[in-house]
Amino acid sequence: MKISVIITLKKDVLDPQGKVIHQTLDGMGFNDVNEVRQGKYFEIDTKESDLNKAKEKVEEMCKKLLANLVIENYKIIDAQ
Amino acid sequence: MKSSVITFPGSNCDRDMDVALKKFGFKNKMVWHDDAELPKSDLVVLPGGFSYGDYLRCGSMASKSKIMKSVMNFANSGGMVMGICNGFQILVETGLVPGVLLRNKYLEFICKNVFVKIKNKKNTYFKNIDNDVLEFHIAHNEGNYFCTKDQLKEIEDNEQVAINYCDKDGKTEEQFNPNGSIKNIAGIFNKEKNVLGMMPHPERMIDPSLSGEDGSLFFNNLINNLK
Repeated sequence: MKISVIITLKKDVLDPQGKVIHQTLDGMGFNDVNEVRQGKYFEIDTKESDLNKAKEKVEEMCKKLLANLVIENYKIIDAQ
Repeated sequence: MKSSVITFPGSNCDRDMDVALKKFGFKNKMVWHDDAELPKSDLVVLPGGFSYGDYLRCGSMASKSKIMKSVMNFANSGGMVMGICNGFQILVETGLVPGVLLRNKYLEFICKNVFVKIKNKKNTYFKNIDNDVLEFHIAHNEGNYFCTKDQLKEIEDNEQVAINYCDKDGKTEEQFNPNGSIKNIAGIFNKEKNVLGMMPHPERMIDPSLSGEDGSLFFNNLINNLK
């Protein structure tokens, strides 16, 4: 089973990379962008075939390694 | 006094730290990250570098390595653990010290000498040191200290701030903050003050002909405090 997770920076955390991307987009003529926030995407292929168990395991992975909960949120966006 | 320096894959200040510790009288051992047990130590150092290529988040992989279980047990039972630069990043990832280290505010790798003001001398690291301001070297891309408002209050209430970036006279104003750290924080302790994480490298300031001697002051003072 493949589980997809995104990790995003929490709202109050400064994202200098997102800011620079925003400025560059602006310079390229994409002037209607309000803000850009950069995040991470993981695709985890697991042997677990039970959807709920697989999701639970991936949540544990997020809490323990993939995300730092002081500054980041995680969200499982797809499982198939 | 016995010390141990942990080498992770990608550590690159481990040898410098070994040289510094030995110069000031420590009997130092290099310990590989995949070992399970720490040798008997009075001080454990997590050195600078780029452990695991800084993948995922700086220090995140190293914080899960085998030796870190022993290091955490050692720290939790009152042992002295010091993390420098990447070592500081590893410490925050273990949760031994609060907060995180974000990308530098202006997205530059910063490599230069800085001044830091010692904020708290009631601990084994800085007790009895005459100077209030030390000149150290920084070299990092992710040294922008960040924590939540609640954490900051707790850190300040418990006097966990160790050093702040400042100018040569000890002024800790925003203009002397190289990387965007909250309140110019360059180093912090755990609650008990036996664990210290800091971005600056004292081990790069132990030779007057190469750099400076404020690192010598630091290590000399540290070993005397440990005796």
